[in-house]
Amino acid sequence: MLLEVTQVAIERGDRRLLSDVDLSVSGGEIWQLVGANGVGKTSLLRGLAGVARLGVTGEIRHAGAFLYLGHASALKSSLSPVDNLRWHPASDVTASVGQICEALAAVNLAGYEYRPVGSLSAGQQRRVALARLLLSDAPLWLLDEPFTALDVAGCEWLEGCVRRHVNAGGATVFTSHQPSRFGPLQQDLDLGRYAV
Amino acid sequence: MWTFIHKLGSPPWFFGFSGTLVRWLLPVTVTLLLVGAVWGLLVAPPDFRQGNSYRIIYIHVPAAVVALAGYYVMAFAGAVSLIWRIKMADVTMRAAAPVGAVLTAIALVTGAIWGKPTWGAWWVWDARITSMLILLFLYLGVVALFEAYENKTAAARACAVLSLVGMVNIPIIYKSVDWWYSLHQPASIKFTGESAIDSSMLYPLLLMILAFYCLFALTLLLNMRAELLWNHRDSGWLKQLVGDI
Amino acid sequence: MPSDQPLLSLRVVFLRQFLRHGRSIMTSPADVANPLLFFFMVITLFPLGLGPDPTTLAALSPGILWVVALLASLMVSAKLFASDFEDGSLEQLALAPYPLAVTALAEISAQWLATGFLLALLSPLFGVMLGLPDEGLLTLSVSLLLGTVCLTLIGALGSALTVSIRRGGLLLSLLIIPLNVPVLIFGTTAVREAVLGGNPESWLALLGGLALGSLVVAPLAIGAALRVSLDS
Repeated sequence: MLLEVTQVAIERGDRRLLSDVDLSVSGGEIWQLVGANGVGKTSLLRGLAGVARLGVTGEIRHAGAFLYLGHASALKSSLSPVDNLRWHPASDVTASVGQICEALAAVNLAGYEYRPVGSLSAGQQRRVALARLLLSDAPLWLLDEPFTALDVAGCEWLEGCVRRHVNAGGATVFTSHQPSRFGPLQQDLDLGRYAV
Repeated sequence: MWTFIHKLGSPPWFFGFSGTLVRWLLPVTVTLLLVGAVWGLLVAPPDFRQGNSYRIIYIHVPAAVVALAGYYVMAFAGAVSLIWRIKMADVTMRAAAPVGAVLTAIALVTGAIWGKPTWGAWWVWDARITSMLILLFLYLGVVALFEAYENKTAAARACAVLSLVGMVNIPIIYKSVDWWYSLHQPASIKFTGESAIDSSMLYPLLLMILAFYCLFALTLLLNMRAELLWNHRDSGWLKQLVGDI
Repeated sequence: MPSDQPLLSLRVVFLRQFLRHGRSIMTSPADVANPLLFFFMVITLFPLGLGPDPTTLAALSPGILWVVALLASLMVSAKLFASDFEDGSLEQLALAPYPLAVTALAEISAQWLATGFLLALLSPLFGVMLGLPDEGLLTLSVSLLLGTVCLTLIGALGSALTVSIRRGGLLLSLLIIPLNVPVLIFGTTAVREAVLGGNPESWLALLGGLALGSLVVAPLAIGAALRVSLDS
């Protein structure tokens, strides 16, 4: 059990979005948070990660480390991918330049290691952000709209990445506007059921 | 005692309690204000130097005193809200801010009304008036910050942090303005001196200060009740209460 | 990757955040030059507005220099946490097992070195332009050195409170101007005392006390305010 969510409610200001959300995520599982626009997918994911604390009631228990990638890439646009990926603000691990270059090559960004991130296209910036997945050893991944701005090749790469991660015992919880990609491998949490 | 404080945190209980309190407080406040006003504005003797124009202090000083105290009430409520996450403390803080701001404005305006006949100018940059002005800015900052946030729960949190910082700063601000004033003004003129005040003028002043404290409490409670009415307009206990009337 | 046992010492966390923010600042020299240029140009407005008479200007110069420094500080503060908020770095910092107060202080320190510190160093030049007597120039510099620490910290608090609000820049100014009044008073008085041959040390000591006090209290408030901004 990597994540245990019990009776969680999400409120924004005076408005309650979701009530009584229950979820338990174990190693080897892929979960997609599904629902209409505005139902609270991102709010719930942020609550699960602990980024948003106000308006989140209920019990959220993490059994280990997790990696959260939000809507925004968390990259400093004036620094290069190497400088950005050396260390992650939320972690203790420092990646070596060799590891970073390997990761960047895996996301098809070989040759862009030292350009400022701001000079890359949106899709390329997204891939730099996703390169963090290769540099992290956290068992649980919480990804908010990870497929945004990715082209077909990028989406395929990310799918493969998630599958490998999950096969190795990790778990992934993600939100996406696009329909289910992992077939029988993934489980859906339909937030419409919990909407107020 | 702790159960009482605990009960204060529950909106339905507080609504009932404040209702009784208001019903008692309203006549007391009105009486105190009337007695104090008549005593100060009409009955008390005219001042040796300023004649009758000094009488405005019976409004100016109480307003100033309670305005400053009100900021501490607001900041204290904010602290309670931050530490113990009690929503009623949020409501108290939100209700206290505009009341305090208006009192500060009253103090400033009455200060100007006092200034004109006494020193010949509508506005004088003396230590107390300047400190009052900065207090007004601090209040307005809290109100503006609250309005700027869309998420009102987050707004209350932010205002709590701001008013706490303001509370810590207020003694420093007042002291520094005091020093600023005493460094700059020519020694011959003293705008606000600590002159001994005769008891025939002191008692009505104290009474008016008490009256203004009651006025603050009354307005605060009324404001809080209005806030609760709005926040809980859909809830069962309120509908039942209104249905009973 | 938030984990239960933080492995790094706070010093390392502070340093790496400081260096990253510092490097980020250095990649855009405009961010360092613009506040100084702003200071320079606004100083010029005063002789234009008040008349070029050297005695008047000299008498008013401590106040003018300090007020303009305060305005420049407001300008800089508006941008302090904005980029972190927009690019998502703030979210990640909030997830770290280290206090936001420490990481925020690291960024504030880098910011101060690039702005307030430089301003304090260059201030004697502007003092001369306004006719500030020589006796006041060193005190001006020292007072701004200590004062900009306070101004940057208070400005950072304003930024932390308003970063999630659209066009929060003006609101930021409204919030922190009253809080900056003591710094302004102590700073200008110190310079004036130095010019009159009095005792600026006690005023500088007061400024130092304010700076130390702010260093202790402000980061906590800033950390809390940043979390509120993330929640909204």
